[in-house]
Amino acid sequence: MMDYASMQFAPTEVPVEHHSHGGWEPYVDNGGTSLAIAGKDFVIVAADARQSDGYSINSRYDPKAFVLSNQTVIATTGYAADAKRLVEVMEQNAQTYFHKHDRAMGTTAMAQLMSNTLYYKRFFPYYVFPILAGLDKEGNGAVFSYDPVGNMERVVYLACGSASALVQPFLDNQVGGANQRGHEGGFLDRATARKIAIDAFTSATERDIHTGDWLDLFTIDRTGIHREKRELKHD
Amino acid sequence: MDPIEIRLPHTIQRPKATPNYGPRTHTTRPIVTGTSVIAFKYKDGIMMAADCLASYGSLARFRNEKRLMAVGETTLLGVSGDMSDFQHMQHTLESILTQEYDMDDGQKLGTKSVYKCISNIMYNRRTKVDPLWNSYVIGGLDNGEKILGYVDLYGTTYQSATIATGFGGHLAQPILRRRVEGREDELSEEEAVQILDECMRVLFYRDARSLNKLRRAKVTAQGVEISEPYMLETNWSFAESITGYGS
Repeated sequence: MMDYASMQFAPTEVPVEHHSHGGWEPYVDNGGTSLAIAGKDFVIVAADARQSDGYSINSRYDPKAFVLSNQTVIATTGYAADAKRLVEVMEQNAQTYFHKHDRAMGTTAMAQLMSNTLYYKRFFPYYVFPILAGLDKEGNGAVFSYDPVGNMERVVYLACGSASALVQPFLDNQVGGANQRGHEGGFLDRATARKIAIDAFTSATERDIHTGDWLDLFTIDRTGIHREKRELKHD
Repeated sequence: MDPIEIRLPHTIQRPKATPNYGPRTHTTRPIVTGTSVIAFKYKDGIMMAADCLASYGSLARFRNEKRLMAVGETTLLGVSGDMSDFQHMQHTLESILTQEYDMDDGQKLGTKSVYKCISNIMYNRRTKVDPLWNSYVIGGLDNGEKILGYVDLYGTTYQSATIATGFGGHLAQPILRRRVEGREDELSEEEAVQILDECMRVLFYRDARSLNKLRRAKVTAQGVEISEPYMLETNWSFAESITGYGS
């Protein structure tokens, strides 16, 4: 008897140009760097705008920092497609909150929402390293740090992304006062914090090939969000 | 009495290494593929080009394939990657356009909407780990604004004044960046065509999956215009001097 079930019907083979080991992976790293520095009554958020894929630059201006409300900004790095979806979800939920409660969502509530949104996809995570920054209820600068599955911590300053290994130690030294004798501690003033953020990016651009082109810089205080777009090296 | 044995056509094969049971699998590789698409902004709108080849591995299988299409009245779509996945996308877009037409509200589907729509389809498919194996370039004029965007099988999206997919990203993009970047609003149509042909010529010289039969397309205030296939002039006299692996 013919065993029809065990037969495969032609065509069963196709040309293979490259034999790959392992299958297709649903993630890519699009590079980019972001940072935030909290002050007494302000916070600074900065992110470069280059999008890359391996050694190729996809776009010189693909923003990865977004305004969520008049006192909260989110900056992302990692996998750009996931980052854009994450921001969309955050925007939609913030909008729903506004219509339900007739007031805008505060920064700390937004911070918890972000953690929940990330953890919701615990077993197929958003491959994103987000920073959420804004002013808390008392009007103090607030920076929240996350990993892709939603662990959250409130910090004073933070760097994320492809040049984080270059920028974070610089911030530890210049903002946190690490290894500086006689450092007084406390918050930085606004002009200094802004200068440090800019210097961090000009330096990161020199050494990290995935960082550069343009810098989106946000200063958040009680008067609102002030945005600047600055040029970084295009090489 | 002996059971009847049916003689089956020779095209039916006995199972080999891969059995027809086991877990459900998805598309793991593209089969019939198109190579690079290049596009950029110029004074009057968007220029795009792609050749007419759909390869079957290294075989130049279909040599009269259309890889540029209009979506609605002001949008141009270029595709590289798997051609059957592209045809699936064509069907999806056609139904969306029909639905929009049936609304009968006089609203036209703009380039930004088409771009967002294709991006969402691509990201949703990658999220199912069942991607459409394509890179799409979407160009057009949305209320007079020039839009040029990219989306691929990872759902990765970006907009830029110059875009090139596949090999074009390595061979054409550097030429485009040098000649177009910062001049998007002053480039004349003549110069744009010259740049486009220059890039396609370089690709034809070096990309072994390309064909010297290509289409050019543009979107201007007058709408979408896709050319008939044409050939580029090439000069192979240098080939005589190449020995060994060349240099």
